[in-house]
Amino acid sequence: MKTPAAKAPALRVGAASFRLRRRPLLVVAASLVVLAAVLVADIMVGDFPLTVAQVVDTLLGGGTRRDQFVVVELRMPRALTGLLVGGALGLSGAIFQAIVRNPLASPDILGVTWGAGAGAVSVITFAGSLGVVTGSAASIGVPLAGLLGGLTAGLLVYALAWRQGIEGFRMVLVGIGITAVAGNFTHYLLTVGDVQDAGRAMVWITGSLNGRGWEHVVPVALALVVLIPVALIGGHVLGALQFDDQTSRGLGIRVNVARSFLIVVAIVLASVATAAAGPITFVALATPQIALRLSGTAQPPLFGSVVIGGALVMLSDLVARTIYRTELPVGVVTAVLGAPYLMFLLIRSRREARV
Amino acid sequence: MSVRLEASSLSIGYGERLVVDSLDLSILGGTVTAVIGPNGCGKSTLLKALGRLLPARSGAVLLDGKQIESMSTRDVARVLGMLPQAPSAPEGLTVADLVARGRHPHQSWYRQWSSDDAAAVDAALEMTGILDLAERTVDELSGGQRQRAWISMALAQGTDLLLLDEPTTYLDLAHQIDVLDLVQELHASMGRTIVMVLHDLNLAARYADNVVAMRSGRIVAQGSPAEVLTEEMLLEVFGLDARVVEDPVSGTPLVVPVGSRHRLP
Repeated sequence: MKTPAAKAPALRVGAASFRLRRRPLLVVAASLVVLAAVLVADIMVGDFPLTVAQVVDTLLGGGTRRDQFVVVELRMPRALTGLLVGGALGLSGAIFQAIVRNPLASPDILGVTWGAGAGAVSVITFAGSLGVVTGSAASIGVPLAGLLGGLTAGLLVYALAWRQGIEGFRMVLVGIGITAVAGNFTHYLLTVGDVQDAGRAMVWITGSLNGRGWEHVVPVALALVVLIPVALIGGHVLGALQFDDQTSRGLGIRVNVARSFLIVVAIVLASVATAAAGPITFVALATPQIALRLSGTAQPPLFGSVVIGGALVMLSDLVARTIYRTELPVGVVTAVLGAPYLMFLLIRSRREARV
Repeated sequence: MSVRLEASSLSIGYGERLVVDSLDLSILGGTVTAVIGPNGCGKSTLLKALGRLLPARSGAVLLDGKQIESMSTRDVARVLGMLPQAPSAPEGLTVADLVARGRHPHQSWYRQWSSDDAAAVDAALEMTGILDLAERTVDELSGGQRQRAWISMALAQGTDLLLLDEPTTYLDLAHQIDVLDLVQELHASMGRTIVMVLHDLNLAARYADNVVAMRSGRIVAQGSPAEVLTEEMLLEVFGLDARVVEDPVSGTPLVVPVGSRHRLP
């Protein structure tokens, strides 16, 4: 009989060594292939259709000037924003779900998303009607306010749920409360604001990748370059953090320090993503569970969630751009796909509670 | 034999309430100690403080002569393994993965899994006799199997000092004996030092070298089972009227409660 250790051999590179598991590795490899395919397809499709050869050629520096413009200036930044935002949301959700140990935990439910929405809508409505912020300041101000709103709401949930440590279930309950407060505040702003501002705000809070340029790609890319390694390094404690506090502590983990650190990383990731594209709901909720089911692991795989999240948002945006005569915001597509999934989760957890 | 774990005028409390009151205790290396006492006497709390899961209000716990509070969580976890009462595992976790988590204190972010880890996991599963359950998930196991899985995790941690908080809870008698035989074997074949909280006095008498009887946060008696498990002690500690006879199998004390419906001859 094969022993469990023989089924997952250790890979050694100098002093470092990691566990090789076939299925999660295959999932990551397959997801990367899908991601690349979706990226190319996302660049091909549009008012000026391009072939695969043209896309690849243009990306390598060839192609006509028109192709260059369409690919590099229009479609590439939009696709990349989708990819990076999806990756950040997937990673954020994976960390939240691993720590809270609840598939319902995600920045959507823990207040971050609606906090960001409230922040951004405040700037859109106040700046517009009062004429305080205009032009380029407004275009920077909205994402910045979104970022601050998300961080504030996330940290507020964290602080309110703290009682000699963080407990997952309490965090979900507090998160639902803060989400309701931030959501209602947003709706209040929409009703008192100017009609045109309210229209702009509505587009923002649906979550859209319309007109995203390189200026949107860069901040999310920078945040991910820093935060993905941080999360992957910090994430090695996630396995031993899956138990009750006492067991985790017995395994040598400083439970509150580790948990706080990872939660803050997850809040920042979700806030940055939301600042760039608005609240694209359900991605952070569904991605870790998809990655987990595909990999057959007990906790959401972090890197797999980054890749699958990126592919999911790009694919949703592709659908949003092509399914209807006018372009839909990507948030509409993720919500349509995500709502039945959320109901499935709720029904399943109720059934489990009864057993 | 040297003192491995020591409590010196240790007090522990939750909020206002003092649960353990200036208690002194020395655990010698290579012994099996059973802590007994009525519900709420502070035995679990004492065990948690010995494993640094609870801070001391005053006094100190010394691990191999060093103040346990001043050691890092990780250093403690490399020397001392702790199995809490009714621990919980995430849904869908396999037995092999559960046991692998026991290796955490020996890993770091760049050294996440080595052949030593693999060997320790295999050895732990082998020792508890659940190698064939390695691929099953923890939540589909029976109570006895699950307890073995958790003990395997503590074993994989590779510590020679083990604290077990009621390792036999929720188990039927046959499984209780199974688990305690395993504890006995760990002690006999590898010289591990074990401290466990037990409810069953007769099993404590059978499997421990040293019995510590507690009441209201203090130690009332300690010593060999024959010294501690006396009729006077049972009356004092548990308020229980009982006869103590010789266990026909092991020769250790056997507690036979009187109860109100029976009259003594």
